[in-house]
Amino acid sequence: MTAGTQTRVAPGRDVTAPSRVGRLRGWIANPWGRPRWLAAFTVAYLVWALAPVLIAIQFSFNAGRSRSAWQGFSLRWYITDPTLSVLNDPSLRSALSQSLKIALLTMLIATPIGVGLAIGLARWLGRGARAANTLMLFPLITPEIVMGVALFLVFTNLFGFIDLGTPAQLLGHVTFTISYVVVVLRGRLFAVTAQYEEAAMDLGASRWQAMRLVLLPLLMPAIYAALALVFAISIDDFVISAFLSAGQDSVTLPVRLYSSTRLGPTPALNALATILLLITLVAVIGAGLALARSRRRSGEHGSAVEDLAQFDM
Amino acid sequence: MADTSDRPPRRGRREGSDPRWLWPAFAAPGLLWLIVLFLVPFYAILAVAMGTIDPLFGLAEPVWNPVQWDPTTLLQVLRDLVGGRLTPVFLRTVSYVVIASTLCILIGYPVAYFIARRAGRWKITLLILLILPFWINYIMRMLAWVNLLSVDGLANQALVGLGMLSAPQDWLAGRSSTVVLGLAYGYIPYFILPLYAALDRIGEDLLEASRDLGANPFWTFARVTLPLSKQGILAGTVLIMLPMFGDYYTPNLLSGSPRTRMIGNEIDQFISSGIGGTEGAALTVILMAFVGLLMSYYLISVARETRRAAR
Repeated sequence: MTAGTQTRVAPGRDVTAPSRVGRLRGWIANPWGRPRWLAAFTVAYLVWALAPVLIAIQFSFNAGRSRSAWQGFSLRWYITDPTLSVLNDPSLRSALSQSLKIALLTMLIATPIGVGLAIGLARWLGRGARAANTLMLFPLITPEIVMGVALFLVFTNLFGFIDLGTPAQLLGHVTFTISYVVVVLRGRLFAVTAQYEEAAMDLGASRWQAMRLVLLPLLMPAIYAALALVFAISIDDFVISAFLSAGQDSVTLPVRLYSSTRLGPTPALNALATILLLITLVAVIGAGLALARSRRRSGEHGSAVEDLAQFDM
Repeated sequence: MADTSDRPPRRGRREGSDPRWLWPAFAAPGLLWLIVLFLVPFYAILAVAMGTIDPLFGLAEPVWNPVQWDPTTLLQVLRDLVGGRLTPVFLRTVSYVVIASTLCILIGYPVAYFIARRAGRWKITLLILLILPFWINYIMRMLAWVNLLSVDGLANQALVGLGMLSAPQDWLAGRSSTVVLGLAYGYIPYFILPLYAALDRIGEDLLEASRDLGANPFWTFARVTLPLSKQGILAGTVLIMLPMFGDYYTPNLLSGSPRTRMIGNEIDQFISSGIGGTEGAALTVILMAFVGLLMSYYLISVARETRRAAR
C-alpha cells in the first residue's frame, strides 16, 4: 500500500470483505467452482451434433411426404406404403440386403485373418516384423478415395476376372477392415503376454493346445469387439462401395442414401437411414456388452465405454 | 482336457522353443492379402497414371513396366494444379480443409477438455453421447442437414420465424460456407476422440503440483495442460485433414454446384467418366504424395517429441 492514500470508509464497515461487484465477478470467474461455461458449451455441442439426426429419425415416422412439416405419426415409410416404403420399394430393399450381406461376409472373413495378423505381428521378432507392421498401418491412414480409385483400377485392369459389384466390394471391404481388427486386438495382446501360454506348456500342454485353450479364450473380448467393429465399419462404408459398384444390384445402403439425397426424397430415405442406425447400434452395443461381461468375469476395473473410446486410431 | 500326464513337463526355453516360422506364419495370410489387394492396387494407380491413352476410345491403358512409364500426363496435371485450370480447385480444397480443421479444433478442444477433466459424475454419459456420432453413418448425418437446410426446411422456418431472415434462403445451392460447416460437422467427432484420450491421460498430480507452486488455473492450463495436449491436438488434426483432402461427397451432398468442387470431386469425375482414367490416376498420385508429406511431417514431429520426452 503506498503511503499517503486514504480510503474513505463508512464506520463499522468491514473493509476486508469483497464488494458486491467483486463478489459477482468472483462467482463468475471462480476457478475452482463448477465450470459452467464449459459445461454449457459442451451441451450445446452435443445438441448441435445429435439434434439433426434425431429430427431426421423423427420425420421417418411422418405420416405425410414432408421432411420438415410434421403431419402425424405413421409407419408408412417403413412398412405400409404400397410402393414407396422400405419394405415395398425394391431398390431400397435391395440396398439394405446388399449392405447386410457384404457386412456379414466381411466380418466373417476379415476377423480371422486380422486376428492371425495381430497375433503374428505381436509375437514376431524377426527382421520383417517392422515392415509388416508398417504395411498393416497403411490402410488406416490412406484416404478412402485413394483406396477406392486403387481398387477400381486394379479390378478393371489387372484382376479383370473379378467382376465389379459384390465380389469386388467384398474384397475391398475385407482389405481395409483387416487393419482395424489388428488395432483392436493389439491392446489385448499387449496385456496377454506369452507367459500364460508358456505356463500352460510347462504344465504339459502342446503348442496348439496352449493356443486354443489359453490364448484364444483370453483374446475373446477383443475378438467380439473386432467382429462388431468390422460389421459396423463395413455397413457404414460409402466410398469403396460406390467405386466398386456395378449397377442397381450392388448398390449398398449408404450409396443409395447418397444418390437420392438431393433428388427430392421422401421420408422413406430417413426410414432407411434409421434402420441402418439401429443395425449399427445393435452391433456396437452387443460388442460393448460382450466386453463388459468378460471384463467383469476377469475382474478388471474401469468401464467398457472407456474401452470403446480408446479404440481411436 | 487332453491327457498329457505321460509327457514330461517342458524344461527350459531352448529345446521347447517355438519354431521361427510360427509367428510369421500367423501373420502370413493377412500380409499376403494386403500385398495383393492393397500394394498391388497402389501400383496399378501408378501404372495407369504413367500409362497411355487408347487412341480409339480414349480409354486409359496401364503400362506395367516402369521402364516404359510416360510421365507427360502426370506433369500436365501438376502444371494444371499449380498454374492452370485446376488451381482454383486446389486452393479451394486447401482453404476448406484449413478452415474446417480450425473450426474442429476450436469447438472440439473445450468439449474434449470438459469431458476428460471436469465432468465428474457425468463423464460416462457424456462420453457415450460423444461416441454416438461415430456410429451414425456419415451420409445420414449429411442427409439430416440437407433436410434441415432445404428451402422449406426447419432451419429456414426457424430463422424466418425469429425474424433473422426476411425470406427463406437456399443454403444448399453452391455456398462455400455450407460446405465448410458441413466438413467441420462431419469430421469433428474424429478429432475429439483422440484429443479426449490424450487429455484423459494427463495426470492429476501434475496439475496439483502446478497449483501448489502458485499458478492460478489459467496459467496451469496454459503452461501445463495445453503443452501436454499438443500431441493429442496434432494427432486429431492429422486424423481429420487426411480424409478431408479426399472428400468429394460432402460438397456433392451440401451443394450441387461446380463452384464448390474439391480435389476429390475432380478425381471422382475423371474416374467415373470412363475416359479420364489417366488424369484421374495422375491426380490421385499427386494427392497421395501430398498426404504422404503431411503424414511424414506428423511422424517426424512425434519422433521428435518422443525423443524430447525421453531425455
